[in-house]
Amino acid sequence: MGKYKQFILICGGTGCSSSGSGDIIDSFNKALEEKGLKDEVQIVRTGCFGFCEQGPIVKVLPDDTFYVKVTEKDVENIVNEHIIKGRRVQRLLYVEPSEKEKIEEYIKMPFYKKQIRVVLRNAGAINPENVEEYIANDGYSALAKALTEMSQDDVLKSISDSGLRGRGGGGFPTGMKWSFAKRAKGDKKYIICNADEGDPGAFMDRSVMEGDPHSVIEGMSIAAYAIGAQKGYVYIRAEYPLAVQRLRKALNDAREYGFLGENVMGTNFSFDIEVRLGAGAFVCGEETALIHSIEGKRGEPTSKPPFPANSGLWKKPTVINNVETLAQIPVILLKGADWFRKLGTEKSPGTKVFALAGAINNVGLVEVPMGITLREILYEIGGGIRNNKQFKAVQTGGPSGGCIPAKYLDTPIDFDNLIALGSMMGSGGMIVMDEDTCMVDVSKFYLEFTVDESCGKCTPCRIGNYRLHEVLERITSGRAVIEDLDKLEQLGNVIKDTALCGLGQTSPNPILSTINYFRDEYVAHIQDKKCPAGVCKNLIRYDINPAKCVGCTACARVCPVQAITGTVKKAHVIDQDKCIKCGACYATCRFGAISKI
Amino acid sequence: MNETMEMKLRDVADYVDTLKLEGKDQEVKRSYLIHTLHKAQEIIGYLPVEVQKLIAKKLGLHASEVYGVVSFYNYFTMKPKGLYPINLCLGTACYVRGSGPLYEELKKLLGVEEGEVTSDGIFSLHAVRCLGACGLAPVLMIGEKVHGRLKKEDLPRILEEYRQLAKTQNV
Ligand SMILES: Cc1cc2nc3c(=O)[nH]c(=O)nc-3n(C[C@H](O)[C@H](O)[C@H](O)COP(=O)(O)O)c2cc1C
Ligand code: SF4
Ligand code: SF4
Ligand code: FES
Ligand code: FES
Repeated sequence: MGKYKQFILICGGTGCSSSGSGDIIDSFNKALEEKGLKDEVQIVRTGCFGFCEQGPIVKVLPDDTFYVKVTEKDVENIVNEHIIKGRRVQRLLYVEPSEKEKIEEYIKMPFYKKQIRVVLRNAGAINPENVEEYIANDGYSALAKALTEMSQDDVLKSISDSGLRGRGGGGFPTGMKWSFAKRAKGDKKYIICNADEGDPGAFMDRSVMEGDPHSVIEGMSIAAYAIGAQKGYVYIRAEYPLAVQRLRKALNDAREYGFLGENVMGTNFSFDIEVRLGAGAFVCGEETALIHSIEGKRGEPTSKPPFPANSGLWKKPTVINNVETLAQIPVILLKGADWFRKLGTEKSPGTKVFALAGAINNVGLVEVPMGITLREILYEIGGGIRNNKQFKAVQTGGPSGGCIPAKYLDTPIDFDNLIALGSMMGSGGMIVMDEDTCMVDVSKFYLEFTVDESCGKCTPCRIGNYRLHEVLERITSGRAVIEDLDKLEQLGNVIKDTALCGLGQTSPNPILSTINYFRDEYVAHIQDKKCPAGVCKNLIRYDINPAKCVGCTACARVCPVQAITGTVKKAHVIDQDKCIKCGACYATCRFGAISKI
Repeated sequence: MNETMEMKLRDVADYVDTLKLEGKDQEVKRSYLIHTLHKAQEIIGYLPVEVQKLIAKKLGLHASEVYGVVSFYNYFTMKPKGLYPINLCLGTACYVRGSGPLYEELKKLLGVEEGEVTSDGIFSLHAVRCLGACGLAPVLMIGEKVHGRLKKEDLPRILEEYRQLAKTQNV
């Protein structure tokens, strides 16, 4: 980085790019040009900082200033004040909601204080499109070490000793998976990176690939060396154009620098990687379905065994790992298994990236050691619940996971504890729900997802989930009887036990966990025909209180179906048979005369 | 079949030729199917039967195998889209921040249902799951542009913007 005195890091992640960080970069370039500062100040377009909620993010080094919600109009100000005069632009600093104080330096932000960034080590720090910056931060030195100083078994031992477990959901020990594939017989072997990131609401894999694509390539190369593969595939969602583009660029650069291709780094190890796009099917995240998809077929799972490690892509031994798992590999080889084991818990060592979303102040990506409590993540890092509402539940594991209520906020998070709570780690999505969320509606939402995404191959999942959905539909529209709750539980358990693949085997989790922890809410829907959170439309009732109504006629005019009648200055009434529960009158009345129950 | 379609089909055929699959194993050829369909959808905007047949021939597959794949994956569509397809996110992060009501509002404003094109051909409406911009939830994407932190009131303005844009594009 030599000649530059100052650096302006601008977030080029998807979140910030959508709120205009590209234009901000252009403006900085122009402003620096005009002031003749081009040779002194370097502009770096980085990957996601994790603090997407407050984007676009601009960070200035070396004084470690963190600006939030920057717009094009602020650029001149930052250049004139900060870059030239050395004075921070106060109005762009981040204000912690709980402390109301402006935070000048990045390292003092509560959002980052508890984080340990291993996977995200480079995201937000380097230009992901410049391989030299990756190299300058120890990039590809783990691969060099593996190829020149370690045997295949040394690598396997190091990964096994680290206790690393797959970050794609299952938590299977990575070292063990690799050993199976190494031992398996086959003239060809493959390594696949699972970048299908299907859980809606999770975006950690995307950020790794956008912010640090070379770490994934390096991890794959090390895996390939360890198991003896010559070819790798990255299976990535087509919905992530920026990640695809950066990955392709990184692959080309890696080839050019001799990190990929024939005789990598002059050794006799040869390995190359191809990109394959997904096509919007959640089930393709499942490993056997993913393999079929790469083969150009419908993404339907097949039963295991045989496991891919023995018979995978084109029936050859294949290792499939998640993006985050692979990004951990180079660090483990460089710093050692013991170092890794010091992070996290005994059975789940290391760090995990979580995507915080929903009713939380700091939506974004956080990387924390395993064993941290939910409370620490939600309140200390996440800044607490939005708009000072009451916390109700946090959903982990996406459509395969469950909802965890307030009484378990102090549980240390790792693979096994989450399963014990009826949820799972999944890929690391964490959706926070407040008092305004209806838990029955939430399970219906997830089940709709499952019904849509079921591949249809096996009956329990195809028909069973459909039936579950019908029952939920009855509950949310006030047509259910209390026995329906038992039906949900029974059928849910049958589906879990009998479905062919992980999708069906976990799809009842959202229902079962909410019945377990929020039974009252289900009962209220069924017996009292009420939705306590006021979400389920069919159970809401709007009424006009004649004592408060002044007869202004405003509601009657906005009602789209003319369900409200009354004469001027007289109390109005809602015809319940006509009312479509749109809530327009409720939003319009300025006299608080309309109630919603 | 009109002329532009013929031209586009030729583009697709030319693209497949650049992959140099001639003489390769059937397995390898087949593994380019999804890749090729992506490219074809990029060129034509959707995947009409003609292009499916063409790709089947090029990759040595039966047309029914290609159709089986096209119909399996949500990303592929056999219906043309509007000039500006609106992808509204109904992923979990967006849903808990109110994308459900936004979706209903859009249907009302556009007068179409899921997957349909407006009568003026400018918009089509599609529900998608997570665009990875959850930090800005709720979001929708038009073309490559993501509009985030949406409120109901923003929708008419955004639609108008694209209607004006469509005018300047002479369509
Ligand atoms: C329905 C379903 C969806 C899945 N989606 C993903 C996904 O999006 N990303 C992922 O890495 N793993 C996903 N998995 C898990 C993979 O099947 C596989 O276990 C994982 O990629 C292995 O990598 P790991 O050992 O590094 O975790 C999914 C599994 C199922 C059953
Ligand atoms: S469980 Fe569902 S997704 Fe999995 S094979 Fe059966 S039908 Fe397909
Ligand atoms: S808007 Fe309120 S005050 Fe006016 S007529 Fe309706 S209920 Fe009465
Ligand atoms: S995209 Fe900019 S902070 Fe996440
Ligand atoms: S859930 Fe909508 S962008 Fe992720």
